[in-house]
Amino acid sequence: MENIQSVVATLSSVTKKYGEVTALRDVSLNVRQGELLAVLGPNGAGKTTAIRLLLGLSAPASGKVAVFGQDPRNVSTRRRVGAMLQVSKVPETLKVREHIDLFCSYYPKPLSQKAILSAAGLEGLENRLFGKLSGGEKQRVLFALAICGDPELVFLDEPTVGLDVNTRYLIWNQIRRLIQDGRTVVLTTHYLEEVDALADRVIVLNHGTVVAEGSPSEIKARTAQRKIRCSTRIPLEQVWAIPAVSDVLARDTRIEILTSQVEPVLRELFSRDPNLSSLDISTSSLEEAFLRIISSNESQTNHEVTA
Amino acid sequence: MTSYVAPLPEFSWKKVLRLYIAETRCEFLKVLRMPAYVIPTLSFPLLFYVMFGIVFGGKQTLGSVTAAAYFLASYGTFGVIGASMFGFGVGVAAERGYGWLQLKRAAPMPPLAYFSAKTIMSLLFSAVLVLALFALAFTAGGVRLPFTTWVDLGAVLVLGAIPFCALGLVIGYFAGPSSAPAIVNLLYLPLAFCSGLWIPLPILPRLLQQVAPYLPPYHLAQLALGVISGEPFGRAAIQHLGIMAAFTVFFLLLARLGYNRDDVKLYG
Repeated sequence: MENIQSVVATLSSVTKKYGEVTALRDVSLNVRQGELLAVLGPNGAGKTTAIRLLLGLSAPASGKVAVFGQDPRNVSTRRRVGAMLQVSKVPETLKVREHIDLFCSYYPKPLSQKAILSAAGLEGLENRLFGKLSGGEKQRVLFALAICGDPELVFLDEPTVGLDVNTRYLIWNQIRRLIQDGRTVVLTTHYLEEVDALADRVIVLNHGTVVAEGSPSEIKARTAQRKIRCSTRIPLEQVWAIPAVSDVLARDTRIEILTSQVEPVLRELFSRDPNLSSLDISTSSLEEAFLRIISSNESQTNHEVTA
Repeated sequence: MTSYVAPLPEFSWKKVLRLYIAETRCEFLKVLRMPAYVIPTLSFPLLFYVMFGIVFGGKQTLGSVTAAAYFLASYGTFGVIGASMFGFGVGVAAERGYGWLQLKRAAPMPPLAYFSAKTIMSLLFSAVLVLALFALAFTAGGVRLPFTTWVDLGAVLVLGAIPFCALGLVIGYFAGPSSAPAIVNLLYLPLAFCSGLWIPLPILPRLLQQVAPYLPPYHLAQLALGVISGEPFGRAAIQHLGIMAAFTVFFLLLARLGYNRDDVKLYG
């Protein structure tokens, strides 16, 4: 699989420590050309550290980082890369246009001001001071700075954190356009719907290690559980005893059953309780899959979810 | 494993020049649009000069020069030191601490462009301050100097700000964004006082007179005073210059340590 698409950036057995804290422990990952790779994980999982390493902003304690086959700290590498990082304060007394012009000057072949404003949805705001923008608009300026140099590889560190739904969808569309233009995008997020909506591939990080990797649907399939909800008079212990039931929870007046085989379980339930009611069946969301991966990692059961 | 990478267009010297101009221009606009920084930084030295140099100093003489001329040198020094330490210290600490500098570093910004833009802006700011002081000294203070002395004094004060830009850079790399202004003040005000910038050294206690030569502002003030009193450029001046150069190198090395240390810190 790794060799079908060419690899544009890699971490090989990378460990990174901040003082006593190990932010990443022996992490290897490949970013393939033209894909949107989502790095998913709870806060403190090491997502931002992975991005900082790939951007050459910090050096690994051990292991190797390569971007376009080179050291990410090389200017020639950085000219092919764009980044949107979490910046808590951007100089507020510069206009949108001035910020963009400055970042354009760093790159050998920047996009035109017009193309950048349209790609970031900033038309009409170019003469506004940064400090006078709304939160969503500020985030879009940072997005503009990430793409202004016409980069082949774009890193987006939590691009939609704290944004309202509309602005989030707007940025999602802009990210999709990056992929359509043939760019490679690495995105970190803790929003699962963002991964579901955008990603070709997901890497799940927890406590600085890769705990799962695959397409969003593979990740879901790996914990391919569906949820049956119903009202029934069957005692919980008996439900537990049905084969293929992996979890049972009493919730209000209903019970929740997790299983990978919905039909046989349902047959069994109806045979024991023909009056079973309020039935509904749902596919487990990526969110649940994610929480399950994280919690199995947490309980140290050594469930090797990684292929 | 790696893909074929198409070559990027060359980064010509014209593009490099445009980059440095853009960086300096933004630095200039940023400062220009921040009256909360510009007005106090400019007005305090001017105000002090009017109060101590012109109103109280009057027609007294200090050594071979009038009080108005003496304080022109010392408050000029005071002003350019403040502008440089605040511009660099507070500016760099904020842009670094809030993650902005990191974004610029991730983009292919040459670090030298950032530092040179800040230095040019800082020196420009000092030049404006010095010209305003000159205007006050000439009109209200009745200071009359040969034209070449004005020029020399201006050059000494503006270029003499460089070591303090370097000191500001050290603060910028070691202080956090919220503590930097306090740290600058904690260094700036005692340094200025102990170097005899507010009250002439000969009037200060002996102990302070002995401490002053170990402080960088003292040397800039002495250089400026030398120009005003028309002393020929001699051994003493060379010594002051040498000590200031040594301080500059020392501060830059310290700042370099902070720059390297930055990698270890995780912000935001």
